[in-house]
Amino acid sequence: MSNSRPVVLLSRRYHFSASHRLHTEAYDAERNREVYGKCNNAHGHGHNYTVQVTFRGAVDAETGMVCNLGDLDAFARTKLIDRFDHTNLNTMECFAETVSTTENLAIEVQRIFAEFPYARLERVHIEETSNNSFDCTGDSAPGRF
Amino acid sequence: MIFLTRKAEFSSAHFYWNDAWTQEENERVFGKCANRNGHGHNYTLEVTVAGEVDPVSGFVVDLKELKDILEREVVSIYDHRHLNFEVPEFKTAIPTTENIAVAIWHRLDGKIPNAKLHRVRVYEMPDLFADYYGEIAHE
Repeated sequence: MSNSRPVVLLSRRYHFSASHRLHTEAYDAERNREVYGKCNNAHGHGHNYTVQVTFRGAVDAETGMVCNLGDLDAFARTKLIDRFDHTNLNTMECFAETVSTTENLAIEVQRIFAEFPYARLERVHIEETSNNSFDCTGDSAPGRF
Repeated sequence: MIFLTRKAEFSSAHFYWNDAWTQEENERVFGKCANRNGHGHNYTLEVTVAGEVDPVSGFVVDLKELKDILEREVVSIYDHRHLNFEVPEFKTAIPTTENIAVAIWHRLDGKIPNAKLHRVRVYEMPDLFADYYGEIAHE
């Protein structure tokens, strides 16, 4: 048992609500309206986002866990929920140079959870609405203005 | 290759405890999950099998047969039971979501006719689940 351990993928889902507006300085007003449609509304709009993070690792023989859920929840609370919940994404530093699309959000969330010290991040999956979801496996860079 | 997924549900009690540790250590690592009176969950099991479509039946596996296998091998043993006290594999392994997924893999592997077990997914709650593909790390 000590030298052959099952490798399991552990997934945890977190939720936050935020507003945003899709708009880029690279386009004029008309082009922004064309590309982003109602998401370009000057006053913004919002979503209940669901972030699903998946970690991969050998199950620890002493705890039966890939990583301690208390550690992961505390990390998510500090690094994700406290930062993003009930905010306007466009005002955040991570979207100073990128459009607050869920693609770019997924890349930022991937960057955050890749720093979780106790397990290896496999995938970030974000649901912007129940109809739209995005997966990031860590090999993408955010689109810049 | 077709992947076919069947769900099943079971409701069980459990707690997390490592006998090699003191009560303080168990409470520090496992938090409220270390309460020895136990607590419970409605688990959802998703079993994915992989195989080729039978040209006559059009099935990878007969879903009724798969349902019966899940019932016989897992649900009848786990449902409305205390995992720590009443399910043999958890006499030695802590019934975490990870270990439950691995244990169910071993219960099902090789028992599904005409298809290969591909993935066992166990939801402890809608916001927490573990996937096992039968992978072993040798260290």
